[in-house]
Amino acid sequence: MAKATVEVPTKVIVDCSTGESTIVPLTEEELAQRETDRLAWEAQEATRLAEEEAKATAEASAISKLEALGLTSEEIAALKG
Amino acid sequence: MKLIETKTLGSAAAAIEFTSIPQDATDLYITINARTTNAATTDSVLFKINGVTTNQSRRRLQGLGSGTPTSSTTTSFQFTVVGDTATSNTFGNAGIYIPNYTGSTNKSLLIDLVTEHNSTTAYQELHSGLLSSSSAITSLSFEGQGTNFVAGSTVSLYKITKGSDGTTVVS
Repeated sequence: MAKATVEVPTKVIVDCSTGESTIVPLTEEELAQRETDRLAWEAQEATRLAEEEAKATAEASAISKLEALGLTSEEIAALKG
Repeated sequence: MKLIETKTLGSAAAAIEFTSIPQDATDLYITINARTTNAATTDSVLFKINGVTTNQSRRRLQGLGSGTPTSSTTTSFQFTVVGDTATSNTFGNAGIYIPNYTGSTNKSLLIDLVTEHNSTTAYQELHSGLLSSSSAITSLSFEGQGTNFVAGSTVSLYKITKGSDGTTVVS
């Protein structure tokens, strides 16, 4: 049975001093850095989405409290600016 | 504004890197037309200057085509392009402007972009960024977050030169 080959991601390097472009496989170090970058990005995204969700929840809560006080949707919209 | 180099991928690649950027101009302008293999309608591209993601800050204003735009901050330069499940054959378009790239003062940058998707959600973004570094910019790279740019993705690098009277020369 033939062995499955794992395709190594490549990068294209454009040398602006010569105009030449080359395609090279990522090194072990670059692959590790790529994974580190990806995980850092996922963590940042998770934080951002959690903050957005918390903000949306707080806004919905504030709107329902304002409605309970008798404000109309137009008045609430005016408050939000 | 003069084209330094442009690269259109003939096959998928994880990153596109420009090296040995000439130091004979004032500003840089980059256009990116890209789509990645990310299994979503969008992907985030990591933009490295001189190979690093440190000493960077960025603020983004993002609209989705409906609802209230949001703002966010990050400590590295990232921007949105089209992912694999967006409408077929569409690409995200971004422009990056970097003034005074050869100087020894900190580097500011501006990114503006749109994504394409025949649905209610498509992104429009404005970013302001700061790289705290006294080094001149000699290399730039663009990478998906663990994904590949698809064939046909294009990145072009331009330079803008200031004339002796301080105004930009258009040639």
